[in-house]
Order: sequence, then structure tokens, then C-alpha cells
Amino acid sequence: MIFKTTWKNIRRSPYQAFAAILIMTLTFLVVSFFTFVLIGSSKVINYFESKPTLTAFFRNEVKQEDINSLENNIKKTGKVATVKFVSKQEALKIYRQQNKNDPLLLDLVTEDILPASLEISAIKIEDLSTIHAALKSSPIVSEIIYQKDVVSALTSWTNALRKIGIGLIIVLALVSIFIMVTIIGIKISQKKEDIEIMRLIGASGWYIRWPFVWEGIFYGIAGAVLGFGIATSSIWYATPFLSSFLKGIPIFPISLIFLLQLLAVELAIAIILGAFSSFLSVLRYLK
Amino acid sequence: MIKLEKVSKKFGTGVFGLSDISITVGKAEFVFLVGPTGAGKTTIFRLITREILPTKGSIIVDNWDVIKLPYSKIHHLRKKVGVVFQDLKLLMDRTIFENTILPLEVAGVKSREGKKITEEVLEKVGIIDHRDKFPVQLSGGELQRAAIARALVLTPEILLADEPTGNLDLTTAFGIAKLLEDINKKGTTVVMATHNTGIVENLSKRVIGLDKGRLVRDDKKEQKKGGSAFAKASADKEEKK
Repeated sequence: MIFKTTWKNIRRSPYQAFAAILIMTLTFLVVSFFTFVLIGSSKVINYFESKPTLTAFFRNEVKQEDINSLENNIKKTGKVATVKFVSKQEALKIYRQQNKNDPLLLDLVTEDILPASLEISAIKIEDLSTIHAALKSSPIVSEIIYQKDVVSALTSWTNALRKIGIGLIIVLALVSIFIMVTIIGIKISQKKEDIEIMRLIGASGWYIRWPFVWEGIFYGIAGAVLGFGIATSSIWYATPFLSSFLKGIPIFPISLIFLLQLLAVELAIAIILGAFSSFLSVLRYLK
Repeated sequence: MIKLEKVSKKFGTGVFGLSDISITVGKAEFVFLVGPTGAGKTTIFRLITREILPTKGSIIVDNWDVIKLPYSKIHHLRKKVGVVFQDLKLLMDRTIFENTILPLEVAGVKSREGKKITEEVLEKVGIIDHRDKFPVQLSGGELQRAAIARALVLTPEILLADEPTGNLDLTTAFGIAKLLEDINKKGTTVVMATHNTGIVENLSKRVIGLDKGRLVRDDKKEQKKGGSAFAKASADKEEKK
């Protein structure tokens, strides 16, 4: 009976229902997107952190013997897991492989442009800085790409994103609470006469209030499902593009269990948001 | 059953709705509450159902002290006391059946049982044929019966009927009054506010008269004598017809 009344209330004022669901959808869309972005970037960071590697690029005119002796020196330190020499020819091969679909990029690059390099992975991530120092002192090394820099840059970006995300979500959650309180308040005042009659024929306070509370919860759930659905399907749609952008970093496919967990958490938040705002409204307008 | 003792009600405007009223209505009694508009009939009903609180005095309904009743328990009182409101207070967007079943739904009666009771009551008040119509589709007398049906579905111990014959023609009004009398015969205490003297005389029941918030008449003691006089008078009237 209470659910019947709730459903009737929703059906009879479609615009208000639409506004309530829309604002909830927006909130949960942002929640979903930021969750994806934060989880994704933490995976990227993990990926870089779990690979204690650095790459040393050599100057163009360097002789093979010099490179070999440097390689041996580094191996001698005992802190190195693997050392791999990538010659100019191999570098070109890798480059061709990566850009095989783009003939323009293939034409532009020749063997001469690409430097030879050593890809070194350390046993422990802490040893990277020692190896880094050793390589840097060598005159034949032109540039060292050090994952630590990548990681720290990414981390600061992620932190900034997290702050923006949390701020945005708080603002949107507050806006949805206020809009819901207003909408349910309007509904209560529209039904003032009915409520009065219900009271006079012996309805308890909560008998009258529950349909409004359920209505709030319904808007929350509808918004969460829609917001989650839109975010998930757009991530799914963008997967091919994103995975080619994040070459080799294993983010995709997003696991189904994670998606279900996210949906569950969002539904829980939605129920709390919906119930909280309708409670506020009911306690304010239905004494 | 209902006991008002030295009850006064002063409204916010400073006007006395009731002053120093003491009335006792026994179980299964039928009482007319008569008096011109503004005499305080409706005020008494609103006091009994705790829609409003008196300024002074005490009100007991079936051993419950209405004034001290906590807010959260008012709905128990209202389930015990059926009210036919002067303005009926039917929900316009619900059918007669839906309006009538409402108190049962509110009381948490199972829907199957509730439907059965509602059908029986609608049958009893004689509007079962209109069960799926909306209030706007019914005549005044039929609406009045619908309001009575709604007041009866919870089988209240007390039925308060506020001007149930208000703007009805005489025949319909008598029909309604007869219905209330039948309900009373089955053991429900009925208080009917009216200014329809024809009905009051015809039914020969106890009459409480109010004027400007004061008690001006209570025929309790002379009920038998007065009652028979009323009965005689109405019988004479019918003979003349």
C-alpha cells in the first residue's frame, strides 16, 4: 500500500520526478567517473612502481666497446636484475612495430635519429638511485629516463584530481539534497488536504511519512543506476582508444567484480542520500 | 463513553467557542446535538477527536483522558471514534471504494479482509453500486453515505456525525438518519449534530441543545416523556400527510 502510494506520487508529477532523478544521476555520474579516473591512475602508478627500471640513452657517436664496458660495470654492482641493450636497429624495429598503422610516422624516422639504449631493471626499487648515479657519471650517456620522476608526477596529478573530485562530489551531493528536500516539500504541500484527512481518520505520523521517504530513496536509486550506467558504458565505449593511449599498462578490461562493488557502494550512498533528504523534508514539512 | 467536564474552548481570536460545558454520553446511546450555526457543535466533535485542545476542563473518551493522550497515540483514539465530517473530507482523486477502505489500510488490516469489510459496509449504507465512481460523480446523499461508510469500516465504538443531513432534501435526510439509527441499534454510540428539527422530533432521542457555546438543553432526564411527545408529534404529522 505504501509503495502504491509512493508510485502514484511519482507518476502524477513527472517533471518533479525527472528533476530529482536528473540531479541524482549527475551526482553519481561524477562519482563514477572520478572513481574510474582515480582507480585507473593508481593502477598506472602501481605499474610504474612495480617496474624498477630505468633507461639510459647513449650519445650518437658512442662506440660499442664503451657501451659494453659500461654494461659490465653495472652488472658487477650486483644490484641489477637484467640489462638489455637496445641497438639503433632494434629501436627502429620497436618504433616501427608501435606505429605500424601510421605510414607518415614511419617515413619520418630513420635509424640515425633513434639512440641506442640500455634498459636496466634493478632487483630492488631503492637501488635505482645508485644505478642512476653511476650511469649519470658516465660520459657516453646522454639521457636517463627514470620511472621515479614519472611516478612522482603522476602521484601529484592524482592527488590534485582526488581533491577536485571530492570537492565536486560534495557540492553535487549538497545540491541534490537541497533539490530533493524542495521537491518533496512541494509534494507534501500539494497533498496537504489529503494528509489532513488521513490524519483525521487515524493514520499515524509514519504511515503518512513513509511514502515520501520511499520516494526519496527511489530517486536516489534511479539516479545511481543511471549515473553508473552512463559512466560505465562510456568507459566501455572508450576502452579501445584508452588502451592504445596507455600502451602496455594493464588497466583494461575493468573487472566485473569491481564494477559490481562500485554499483553496490553507489546504491548504498544513493539510499542514504535519498532517505536523508526526504527525512529532512518530512520532518520539516510534516510535523 | 464520552464525558466532557466543565469544558471551555477559547479561540485565538478571544471568542469563546464553548464555555463550561458538561456532557455525559453513555454506551450505545443516540444523541442529537442541536443548535444554530456557531453554537459549538463542531467544536465539541473536534475536541473529542483531539483535533483541538480545550482551554479548560477534562474530556474522557472510553476511559482515555483525551487531553493527556500523547501525540503519538492520537491515531488510536481516532480509530475508535468514527467521524462523518460536515464537509465530508472525501479524497477527490480516489473512488468511493478507495475512500472507504482507507481507514482499514491505515489500520493495517489485510487487504483481502479489508475489501470484504468495505463491500459489506458499502452494501449496508446502500451505495455498493457506486463503488468505482469518484466523489464528483455522486449526489449529495450518496456522498453523505460514502462518508458514513468510511466512518464505519473500523467498527468504531463511537460515531460522530456532523450535520450529515446538512443540505439534503427531507426524504434523503430521513434515510440518512434511519441509517444512523440502525447503526446505533447494533451498539455504536452515535452523536449527530444537526439543525434539522424534523429529524430530531421524529426519532425521539436524547437532545442536547447548544447556543453560543453554552448548554441550553439536555433532555436526558425527560427523555422518555419528551421522547414520546416528539414521537407523537411526528406521528401526527405523518397522519396529516
